[in-house]
Amino acid sequence: MAENGIIIKAVNLTKKFGNFVANDNLTFEVRQGEIFGFLGANGAGKTTAIRILCGLLKPTSGQIEVAGYDVYKETEKIKRNIGYMSQKFSLYEDLTVWENFRFYGGIYGLSGKEIRKKTGYLLDKLQLTAARDKIISSLPLGWKQKLAFSIAIIHDPKIIFLDEPTSGVDPITRRQFWDMIYETAHEGITIFVTTHYMDEAEYCERVSVMVDGKIVAMDTPRALEDKYHVETMEEVFLKIARG
Amino acid sequence: MKGFIIKEFLHIFRDVRSMIILFGMPVVQVLIFGFTISTEIKDAEIAILDQSKDNITLELSNKILSSGYFLLNDNLTHYDQIEESFKAGKIKEVIIFEDGFARKLEKEHDAHIKVIADASDPNMASLLVNYTAGIVRNYQMQQYENISLPIKITTEPKMLYNPGLKSVFMFVPGVITILLMLISAMMTSISIAREKELGTMEVLLVSPLKPIQILVGKVLPYVLLAFINAITILLLGFFVFDVPIQGSIILLLAECLLFIIMALSLGIFISTVSNTQQTAMMMSLFALMLPTILLSGFIYPIENMPEILQWLSHIMPSKWFIIIVKNIMLKGVGLGYIWKETLILTVMTLIFIGLSVKKFKIRLE
Repeated sequence: MAENGIIIKAVNLTKKFGNFVANDNLTFEVRQGEIFGFLGANGAGKTTAIRILCGLLKPTSGQIEVAGYDVYKETEKIKRNIGYMSQKFSLYEDLTVWENFRFYGGIYGLSGKEIRKKTGYLLDKLQLTAARDKIISSLPLGWKQKLAFSIAIIHDPKIIFLDEPTSGVDPITRRQFWDMIYETAHEGITIFVTTHYMDEAEYCERVSVMVDGKIVAMDTPRALEDKYHVETMEEVFLKIARG
Repeated sequence: MKGFIIKEFLHIFRDVRSMIILFGMPVVQVLIFGFTISTEIKDAEIAILDQSKDNITLELSNKILSSGYFLLNDNLTHYDQIEESFKAGKIKEVIIFEDGFARKLEKEHDAHIKVIADASDPNMASLLVNYTAGIVRNYQMQQYENISLPIKITTEPKMLYNPGLKSVFMFVPGVITILLMLISAMMTSISIAREKELGTMEVLLVSPLKPIQILVGKVLPYVLLAFINAITILLLGFFVFDVPIQGSIILLLAECLLFIIMALSLGIFISTVSNTQQTAMMMSLFALMLPTILLSGFIYPIENMPEILQWLSHIMPSKWFIIIVKNIMLKGVGLGYIWKETLILTVMTLIFIGLSVKKFKIRLE
């Protein structure tokens, strides 16, 4: 399903906070339907970059387009076409599953009918239809995470940004979560994911590795492993990080 | 937008603490203040300084002392003793009959009784003075009913220590102020801080909603709830404690709305500088609640404060709001008399709205 269209394009993306350069001339492209991994240690500048791409932060300089829209002028349009999920899951714990769906669908301007239809479809896919009227705080972590992901795609975004979506989640749940990501990518939705779990990096089609605000490597995991003559992304990362 | 408000109400209704603050507090506060501030007098200790000692003053003294409200503590003989007796805390009121009372009444048809009360408890003081004056008036009417000439016994009240009687006398304006501040500022700042803490704020900001829509969606439910609370307090005050509303109810509610909006913008401002619910709560408590209670003139009369604090009280929005509410409720004045206070409050509101919106936007950058 994936086309070869470029859906995220960044040329010399730079973000400075005073004298501190958080993102230093990042240049990369992401294709539609691709699972693009954005790797780096904590503080490498991943979150800053993702916030810029989501329209939450204005870049200091650089030319950036997301879903075909300019991040300086068309943040409004960008926001309509992206989904976002952070490590905190972003569900309201004191609301029921359905109330969360209804609320998030509502803020993206979906009609009541569309929300009901979409919620039914997504819950069915997760096999969580029975949990529709349960309060979120009563659900296990893995369910919450899947629900958060489903809610992030309720408005059929072109791109979904996942900011460390699996931190603090057990390996089995992580594995299931990645199955969901694959499925979504197969439907043509682009996945832009940051993580510091290097085993997860293997699941990505392409990855970029950030160190101190700069992109120091970018390719498929296999190509990077070959390039550094190692077996896993973990080792690739260690080699890069140690310079 | 509708969905936003529904969601906000669900948060409130599912949280026991919020519900208690929202619906328990007003009732409890009104009842506590209402009942602890006694409105009845029984056996209040007084002193009498009778400079005339004629049959009328004796008769009047007897009448006052036999009323059941007053108990004679001391017969004074000299003015100098008054201050002393008050300071010793033995008495709450001194009644002074002027020299030649009966003679003056007969010849000039005008005699004076001076009533001095300890107004450090202003509520009590005004009650005592009113009761005394009432008894005197009663006596006058009984005695001189059939005489057409105007005969007058004038009671001159004097409030010691707190001449303006500005204080707890009417607790309703104070309770309204505190609760509106609490609900509007504290609850909104906590609810916004909670979204930040849970990470849902990020998702809202990534959504196509404009910051101003998020703000309005967050605060609108609290406007409504605060408003309902204000009405509850007024009703409780009216039905349980007979606190009247002399002025226009519409004007009163409009002023309440203005104050609510002011407090909400303060709440938003607090939430922009605090990242957790705890911080938001502590900041609301110390930056808003304490000054509101202590400096607004609700409990401690502003006139009695040191100059610096008096000056500080001018920048307390609640001070102006209490003046407005007291004037409308107790004196029944219209906007013409309180336009100055209203203007000050409006300007403050605009400043806070401006500040908080600006701050909220900066945070997005």
